[in-house]
Amino acid sequence: MEYEVVIGLETHAELATVTKLFCGCSTKFGAEPNTQVCPVCLGMPGVLPVMNKKAFEYALKAAVALSCEINNFTNFDRKSYYYPDLPKNYQISQNYHNLGINGYMDIIVNGSVKKIHIHNVHLEEEAGKLIHSEDSGANYSLVDFNRAGVPLLEIVSSPDMRNVNEVDSYMQTLRKILLYTEISDCKMQEGSLRFEASISLRKKGSDKLGNRVEIKNLNSMKSVIKAIEYEAARQSELLDGGKAIDRETRLWDEVNGKSARMRSKEEAQDYRYFPEPDLLPVLIDEKWLSTIKSSIPELPLEKKQRYIESFKLSDYDAGVLTEEKVLINLFEECVKIMDRPKAFCNWITNDLLREVKDKKLDINDLKIKPKQLASLVEIIEKGTISSTIAKEVFSEMIQTGKEPQKIIEEKGMAQISDEGLIESVVDKVIANNPNVIEDYKKGKKNALAFLVGQVMKETKGKANPKIVNELLSKKIVDIN
Amino acid sequence: MKIGIKDIEYIATLSRIELSDTEKEMYVHQIDDILSYIEKLNKLNTEKVKPVTHTVNINNVFREDRLETSTPLEVVLLNAPSKMGAFFKVPKVIE
Ligand SMILES: [Zn+2]
Repeated sequence: MEYEVVIGLETHAELATVTKLFCGCSTKFGAEPNTQVCPVCLGMPGVLPVMNKKAFEYALKAAVALSCEINNFTNFDRKSYYYPDLPKNYQISQNYHNLGINGYMDIIVNGSVKKIHIHNVHLEEEAGKLIHSEDSGANYSLVDFNRAGVPLLEIVSSPDMRNVNEVDSYMQTLRKILLYTEISDCKMQEGSLRFEASISLRKKGSDKLGNRVEIKNLNSMKSVIKAIEYEAARQSELLDGGKAIDRETRLWDEVNGKSARMRSKEEAQDYRYFPEPDLLPVLIDEKWLSTIKSSIPELPLEKKQRYIESFKLSDYDAGVLTEEKVLINLFEECVKIMDRPKAFCNWITNDLLREVKDKKLDINDLKIKPKQLASLVEIIEKGTISSTIAKEVFSEMIQTGKEPQKIIEEKGMAQISDEGLIESVVDKVIANNPNVIEDYKKGKKNALAFLVGQVMKETKGKANPKIVNELLSKKIVDIN
Repeated sequence: MKIGIKDIEYIATLSRIELSDTEKEMYVHQIDDILSYIEKLNKLNTEKVKPVTHTVNINNVFREDRLETSTPLEVVLLNAPSKMGAFFKVPKVIE
């Protein structure tokens, strides 16, 4: 039987605030356990949460960027459930008056635009982190509350996606929007961006939705894709065998590439939401909303399109360049200084990203300044250094932040264009390689390339290759 | 009776607490009394009253995103029924 796969995604993003949602504790990742906690985020009796304005505005910004209708009255609700990572036994979230509803995001799949509806965008608090003992016989778990109370944005899509390509594009585009608006650092490896998928199958042509299965524990975009493929296959096999799909939550097991039913969910889910009495409602007026609207930068799809049209970059290059905020900033600052978009694009998408990958650098820690990359391009155009040497200079620039001119001087890398100097090396190479000269005369044209190589080697790559070529060609002809 | 033993058992399960039969019997009556008392509100005509979530007429109370000192670890763990190193220790959670 042929089925249509119906997919929706729930996205959680930790907001890039300095402090937690309801208290002044730090949100910094990686601190010693339980050192970024206070009575408020530990849920001690009698404490009062007070909303972090920046967190609220970030959430509002996300809702606006995702074209949501903004509720001018929003309120917070308690979601009650009992789990040891939740110190208060309820999570402060939004249920009755979400910040934003009925939004959408355009994604590009195989060159065409598809609109994915956003059901709602709301603000809530993070739970703590549970650490399970590696010893399977251990009868305890450990809790670190540093993460408890970190502001968390939840973005719920409508079940509008039909295949993993659409899911992939949705995740990439959403991540870029959150990065561009500087709402979240989106570090999936630190858990600050997470996805959960819900999947159901229906007969092709039917408009009745099947029972949906939720998948959790997806730690990377790759896991999301793999888990959806696995789940679609699992459900189609069940349906083909005449079996029903249970509405359930499953946990993805990355190591074994499969999912298993989540035990705790066999119990009833009943969150008994009610309005949070400790937090006051937030009214959003037109003035505030328009300030937020004007703070939204150019968003991913528009930016990519502009790069392709104004800078004549390829679709691929524009895609790579618009992937990371740092790359965008570097590129845009560079083209402001010097109108060489293609050259800057090449340095960034090829050399910079290769260095980052090879040397395992953190892209956010790169030292290179736009002015320096522009100088480098200028130096190359002037012929001061060859492109091979330029790569060496660049590699040092991104790690040290030194001026290219300084690196060239310090290392004596400047290109030798002094004909007299080059000539002496050329003469030496000719004298040392009589056999090669013979070969050349017998018609082995690539012998010349070998000789050029020798001259470059002697000059440590600094000789101006054009002059070397000219001199060599002339001299060889002269030898008779 | 507004509620029965089954409701009490359901709430107890959600709240992860274990109740004896005597306790269940006791709570059914206590909660039922409370619900019956609150029921009186239904006699009021609220047709022209807007639903409210808060009794004070204040909105938009915020704090700035400014770092404050967190509680020292030894104080944090003072109230922990059980701890291990810098962690709170809880019965094993299985997922
Ligand atoms: Zn705190």
